[in-house]
Amino acid sequence: MTEPLAIETRNLNKVYNSGRTEVVALREATLQIPKGQVVALLGPSGSGKSTLLTIIGLVIPPTSGQVFINGELIVDGSLAKTNLRNYRRKNVGFVFQKANLIPFLSAIENVQIAMELNHTSSFNARRRAAELLDEFGVLERSYDKPSRLSGGEQQRVAVARALANNPAVILADEPTAALDSHRAQQVMELFAKIAHEQNAGVIVVTHDHRYLEVFDAIFEIEDGVLRQRVAVVK
Amino acid sequence: MNLAFKDVRHNLGRFSLTAVGIGMMLMIVMGMAGIYRGLIEDATLVIDRIGGDLWVVQRDTRGPFAEVSRLPKTMVHRVEAVPGIETAREFVYHTIQRQHDGKPLRMSILGLSWPTDKGEWLPLVAGRPLAQNHFELIADQSLGFQLNESIQLGKEKYVVVGITNGMVSSGGDGMSIVTLSDSQAIQFDSVGEALRLERSARARRALDVDLFLKQPQLVEQLSQPTSQLPAVSSPQISAVVARIKPGYNIEEVQQTITNWGDVSVFTKPGQEDLLLQGMVDKARRQLGMFRALLTIIAAVIMALILYTLTLDKLHSIALLKLLGAPDRTILGILLQQAIGLGGIGYGIAFLIGQQLFPFFPRRVVITNQDLVQLLVIVLIISVLSSLLGIWRAMRVQPTEALMG
Ligand SMILES: Nc1ncnc2c1ncn2[C@@H]1O[C@H](COP(=O)(O)OP(=O)(O)OP(=O)(O)O)[C@@H](O)[C@H]1O
Ligand SMILES: [Mg+2]
Repeated sequence: MTEPLAIETRNLNKVYNSGRTEVVALREATLQIPKGQVVALLGPSGSGKSTLLTIIGLVIPPTSGQVFINGELIVDGSLAKTNLRNYRRKNVGFVFQKANLIPFLSAIENVQIAMELNHTSSFNARRRAAELLDEFGVLERSYDKPSRLSGGEQQRVAVARALANNPAVILADEPTAALDSHRAQQVMELFAKIAHEQNAGVIVVTHDHRYLEVFDAIFEIEDGVLRQRVAVVK
Repeated sequence: MNLAFKDVRHNLGRFSLTAVGIGMMLMIVMGMAGIYRGLIEDATLVIDRIGGDLWVVQRDTRGPFAEVSRLPKTMVHRVEAVPGIETAREFVYHTIQRQHDGKPLRMSILGLSWPTDKGEWLPLVAGRPLAQNHFELIADQSLGFQLNESIQLGKEKYVVVGITNGMVSSGGDGMSIVTLSDSQAIQFDSVGEALRLERSARARRALDVDLFLKQPQLVEQLSQPTSQLPAVSSPQISAVVARIKPGYNIEEVQQTITNWGDVSVFTKPGQEDLLLQGMVDKARRQLGMFRALLTIIAAVIMALILYTLTLDKLHSIALLKLLGAPDRTILGILLQQAIGLGGIGYGIAFLIGQQLFPFFPRRVVITNQDLVQLLVIVLIISVLSSLLGIWRAMRVQPTEALMG
């Protein structure tokens, strides 16, 4: 038997009911991402990228369809097969366009908390948080609150937090929007490295076509319809 | 890592101001209980200090502290003659309001039966008991008189020879202790013109009475103070306080005197109960209502504050949920903050109260029992008032972290 896929979705549909209008955000979205691969998700605004990411991240349920993680069926339609919040805590790392940091915690505590929620001891969590911040060049800002960090610095702290628990799945929604090209390149390469070294599945939503060469596969989505680009341009 | 604490430290200014506000409110709740306790202590202390085992009062009245009671002066001797009575003394008690240093001054006057009672039983904090039967006065500390100060009451000046404490009427007025005759002089003091009119009226009435026509020297007597006129003198004392000889049964002696038919007799606990049920009970219920209301208001205000504190954190709460924090973690943050706020408020209430309550015009007695009770109430309202915020926090979806 082959190794299970890191992420697999089957026929995901998502219909938003906002008042009287129905918005179909995803139509039969099916994808397979083997372990150790980093894939890009491209598409125009409003095409359903964030929707797909939040469904895979177990944040919202699909209207129908399945999500498998590590070969295990986690979500079947609107039915959850496990405690999603616990599962998410252990297995999913998120990075968003807007660095979503907790304002009353310092940079290092923002990374630390993700691990402490996973029952890592305070001491170990602190040590690993410092290592990660160092790796992203924000160690000297460890004790500053997010409001005192630049957008790029905040984003790097957020990336550090996403990686903290060594998750099987990393989902990044336009993570490089606030970064300069050097840092953006670094973050993209880091995602690739994590995918390869930790055997994780990584999905990165991006508008930036400059870094596409780091990806193992590229998916495109338009009006909720997902398809894999056969060959990487460039 | 304690998230509740980190959040509080981040919003330290607002949190502290809120705690101070809650503390002030709790201080008032605490003070209310203290004022009530003070009422009871004051009331029982006086009865305790005065000492007697039996209180003989006018039939069907409730004793000198609760209402006006009048007994003929001879009652002392009748009581003294009852088997089992060791001592009996007159008790004269009334409240007056006079000007002192340009301010209205209320005090209760307690008359001692000179020369058998010079006030030796009073706990003196300064000075001495009475040494002469006129123009000397022992004052309760709360009246604020100085030793050797002279106080104008009626037409006479009285010298403060002693200072006592704990002698406060149930209305909160400090007591002055003088001799019986002085107390009556103070009570029945009237202006010269009124006296002159009264005397001439008496003389005119005397002309219609056989007795005065037959014995003209009696007319001389009419110009004496009212209280000293033998036949027309008003009832002069409020009560008789008696002490029982050791070995006698209080209830039996009480029954004997009650059988006379013209007086009512209370034991000391009976007198205390009357005082507490009568005058203090209304005050207690009044204060109780106020306390309950304030507690509810404090809870409502706390709920609103905790709710807004929660609203400010909704994004962080959504984010924590997104990171996979279980509900119990979020519940923990909110409850810890609520209890922290209540607890710190309670501490502030206690500290400020200790500084402030001694300046209150009446005694505020904070008992440990009341403190513990209030602490429990505070913890309960802390938890209850956080429910609104908790309800909101539980409804937050992790997706809300992704918006805005
Ligand atoms: N909570 C919601 N309620 C109703 N409609 C929604 C909701 N979230 C998204 N949509 C709609 O679903 C569609 C897909 O939205 P989605 O956020 O997935 O797009 P996107 O590809 O991430 O766009 P962008 O690049 O602008 O972030 C859009 O038409 C959007 O308006
Ligand atoms: Mg989006």
